Amino acid sequence: MDKFTTLTGIAAPMPLVNIDTDMIIPKQFLKTIKRTGLGVALFHEMRRTDDGQEIPDFVLNQPAYRNAQILVAGDNFGCGSSREHAPWALLDFGIRCVISTSFADIFYNNCFKNGILPVVLPQEAVDVLMDDARKGANARMTVDLESQTVTASDGQSFRFDIDPFKKHCLLNGLDDIGLSLEKVASIDSFEAKVKTLRPWV
Amino acid sequence: MTAPRTLYDKIWDDHVVHQSEDGTCLLYIDRHLVHEVTSPQAFEGLRMTGRKVRAPEKTIAVPDHNVPTTLGRETHIDNEESRIQVEALDRNARDFGVNYYPVTDIRQGIVHIVGPEQGWTLPGMTVVCGDSHTATHGAFGALAHGIGTSEVEHVLATQTLIQKKSRNMKVEITGSLRPGVTAKDITLSVIGATGTAGGTGYVIEYCGQAIRELSMEGRMTVCNMAIEGGARAGLIAPDEITFEYVKGRPHAPKGAAWEAALAYWKTLYTDEGAHFDKVVTIRGEDIAPVVTWGTSPEDVLPITGVVPSPDDFTGGKVAAAQRSLEYMGLTPGEKLTDIRIDAVFIGSCTNGRIEDLRAAAEILKGKKLAPGVRGMVVPGSGLVRLQAEEEGLAQIFIDAGFEWRLAGCSMCLGMNPDQLAPGERCAATSNRNFEGRQGRGGRTHLMSPAMAAAAGVTGRLTDVRELMAETV
Repeated sequence: MDKFTTLTGIAAPMPLVNIDTDMIIPKQFLKTIKRTGLGVALFHEMRRTDDGQEIPDFVLNQPAYRNAQILVAGDNFGCGSSREHAPWALLDFGIRCVISTSFADIFYNNCFKNGILPVVLPQEAVDVLMDDARKGANARMTVDLESQTVTASDGQSFRFDIDPFKKHCLLNGLDDIGLSLEKVASIDSFEAKVKTLRPWV
Repeated sequence: MTAPRTLYDKIWDDHVVHQSEDGTCLLYIDRHLVHEVTSPQAFEGLRMTGRKVRAPEKTIAVPDHNVPTTLGRETHIDNEESRIQVEALDRNARDFGVNYYPVTDIRQGIVHIVGPEQGWTLPGMTVVCGDSHTATHGAFGALAHGIGTSEVEHVLATQTLIQKKSRNMKVEITGSLRPGVTAKDITLSVIGATGTAGGTGYVIEYCGQAIRELSMEGRMTVCNMAIEGGARAGLIAPDEITFEYVKGRPHAPKGAAWEAALAYWKTLYTDEGAHFDKVVTIRGEDIAPVVTWGTSPEDVLPITGVVPSPDDFTGGKVAAAQRSLEYMGLTPGEKLTDIRIDAVFIGSCTNGRIEDLRAAAEILKGKKLAPGVRGMVVPGSGLVRLQAEEEGLAQIFIDAGFEWRLAGCSMCLGMNPDQLAPGERCAATSNRNFEGRQGRGGRTHLMSPAMAAAAGVTGRLTDVRELMAETV
């Protein structure tokens, strides 16, 4: 997993609330057995017509946002299906950070496993950043994980909260499984204990 | 004396392997369910790092999302990508030695129906699966939730998950349900009241008389959609109904182990005075048969209502409602019972169990699908299908003009060939009405099996109570 430290880039505005993971990556693209190559399918049904032509109005099809690295999105982003294909598609497109007032639980966790930073901010802050994102490619936002801040193109800065462990893993690009396997002795003794307490499990 | 604890607190406490100073826990996982769509990358990860499955005996795999539901699938799946995924699961199950129910096995079905049916899911367990509807297993008083593929790999390798504890939320349904009102109406009504993010950050415990009066099938329907309300998991304390359901299932404990398990399970309830961070109370008598009108599971209205206007909402929901109405092809003020349908889908992990098929068949007995309406019944497992055939339900569906399919997820998410055409409108017993969920441009109205059957008979969204009056 790639580290996430700071990111300065173009932010695309997607004010729609309840953007679900079916919208982010529709079912027909879940048949892959790989993690890569899903960027072309990101937001497929909003982005392309039935015959594969781009829909010009869709934000990521507009020239200003084709290289966006940040999304500023409406409330409850990533709800619905647990498909990790959603963060895989975002990452493959080039999105490394999503900013919203809230995220669905499973999507939120999935982001951290893939080097994507989901930032939760209050409505007032997201409103300011949404307006900033609407300015297009000349307005670049900066996200700094170490200092836990998002800074708009006019210098206005907002501090966000993040779980310290998740922050640590993301800053250092750490592999969760490796970390957990360091505690294998604890897992062994837990299993031994349960064998006595709840042998039917 | 320890402080009073909720059911969630108790299950959590019994599964903490390690707790860090910041509260991050390593939580032990008792059952890991696996299907073909969200697992190939996880098994590949194990191969690349030379890791094994730590507890193959606690891991249960079954193909369900991709598999066709038509005869002949045992020997051939036409869609190449689907076939590759199912073959990958075959190979991974074999190579890593996990429990497996292939499509050729009568016990194959939707993972969340197979788990309880085979007695893998037991009270007090932690259960995870790379699928958001894992919440279903909470009906047994098990802590069950969906995870992403990276976490699937983590559980395969370590039999644990890195977790922080959620907050406690209580949803109480007081009193009894009125005739024609079902578990599906409860769970949709709760989401309608709290919103799709209302449960975010919480584990919900459903309680109250109306919940206690539900069968295990009904309780699974309620918990199944906890995720649609944003909650990590939904729980119902186990009771005699639970124990009765579990007893004698292939992987349930037997003899002395059963007695020991039962003694433990009877301690799984929320203590008097335990703290809930959020409480929602709904009167069971106030719940009507409901349908969804929009493209979010929170877009719920009693069937007696009318299509809302975007002006009825505030904030970001105004634009969302506008978009939903356009997508669904509906006009504000239109009566819900005037909405004509093209298709009926009965099945899914929400409503693909025997009781659901009985409820739908009860309405369909001696009736036919309205002209021009196509119907599909997809049992949740091979065993549900068999039982429905033995009870004569299959014949009722066939006589009414429904297609009687093999088990799988099918049109709930349209990964296999079962899909809606653009603009086609479906009365569905599944769990998501998202744009494109059942096929690009497809329009989904969520409802109970009885309501979906009623819509099939009249060709429009229908108050099932009208048809029930006819049969009395």
